[in-house]
Amino acid sequence: MLNALVIGCGRVGSAVALQLHQEEWDVTVVDENEDALSRLGENWPGRFIVGHGMDAALLRDAGIEEADAVVVATDGDNTNIIIGQVAQKRFDVRCVVVRVLDPARAKFYAERGLNTVNPTSVAIDALLDASRTCAIPAAPPEAEEVVG
Amino acid sequence: MYVIVAGGGKIGANVTRSLLRLGHEVTLIEQRRDRFEVLEDEFEHQVQRGDATELFVLERAGIARPPDIVLALTGDDEDNMIVGQIAREKYGVPKVIARVNDPRNQPHFDLLGISPTICATSSVMALVEHEVPEHDLIHLLELRGENLEIVEVQIDGDSPSAGKSIEALSLPEGSRLISVMRSGHAEIAVGSTVLEAGDQVLAILEPGKEDELRRVLLRR
Repeated sequence: MLNALVIGCGRVGSAVALQLHQEEWDVTVVDENEDALSRLGENWPGRFIVGHGMDAALLRDAGIEEADAVVVATDGDNTNIIIGQVAQKRFDVRCVVVRVLDPARAKFYAERGLNTVNPTSVAIDALLDASRTCAIPAAPPEAEEVVG
Repeated sequence: MYVIVAGGGKIGANVTRSLLRLGHEVTLIEQRRDRFEVLEDEFEHQVQRGDATELFVLERAGIARPPDIVLALTGDDEDNMIVGQIAREKYGVPKVIARVNDPRNQPHFDLLGISPTICATSSVMALVEHEVPEHDLIHLLELRGENLEIVEVQIDGDSPSAGKSIEALSLPEGSRLISVMRSGHAEIAVGSTVLEAGDQVLAILEPGKEDELRRVLLRR
């Protein structure tokens, strides 16, 4: 079984944790706020640890040394970037994925070997694609009547 | 020289004032509006409002020149580490000094190569140890760049080194005694200096030699 450590249990982190659990990963979730556990549903079978992801002792307790993947998705870009680098450089985790909202910082750290996921640029691309689709005029209704 | 200061709290504001008084060119960056307005009254165009971890904010402050030094002095350790990394690695700023707010984050600064750092808590604790020694070997100063540290050792009556001259001690390689403080008076340590109970000895050594030094001086 693969081990995942998910740091930050907001909308993103909790959904990732639930999905990985569905896919039979052994998932441990860390969040500063114990109320965040409710995002994982009634009977979360994995581990849930209350604390800050900057705390190296807590990361060790959470099993970072055995983790196959670490997903960092707290609500702070800078916190995520630092925790991601700690996971990668200090604990030698092979697969570290970090949520970074600011495209500029996401790009800079991606160039430095951190696997950053940037929801902002994903949203920008999706909105642009959707707008371009809207801008293409729909087939005029008369044409359809002719065909019919 | 040109200095960018990130964080306009008490430390950042006082450092900015001191640097300006010395005739340096400074740009201070502060994120909070209320704090920024207070600072603007004093520093005028030399303070800018924004998040110093945003690249465009740093660029507006002139990070691309680049400055001679960047001081990351915000109240948030993650922010200080990011400012330090971006300044050094993206813009080639030659020197960065970062503030450590929570001493538990010190290993993260070290891991990311952000150095030198300054931590008020650690400084206070070092002074407390110096004033009220709890341990037999007190770390006074770490010279990270040189990979050396300066420690203080208190010699007492049971110490095997008491009554011996320094040249008669087989001090570990990579260590030297610097000075001996006796009844409120310090002297430079030389080979013929004879240690006595009650002496406070300063030593310089490579990290990791503490136990050997402790054994020779104190047999503990």
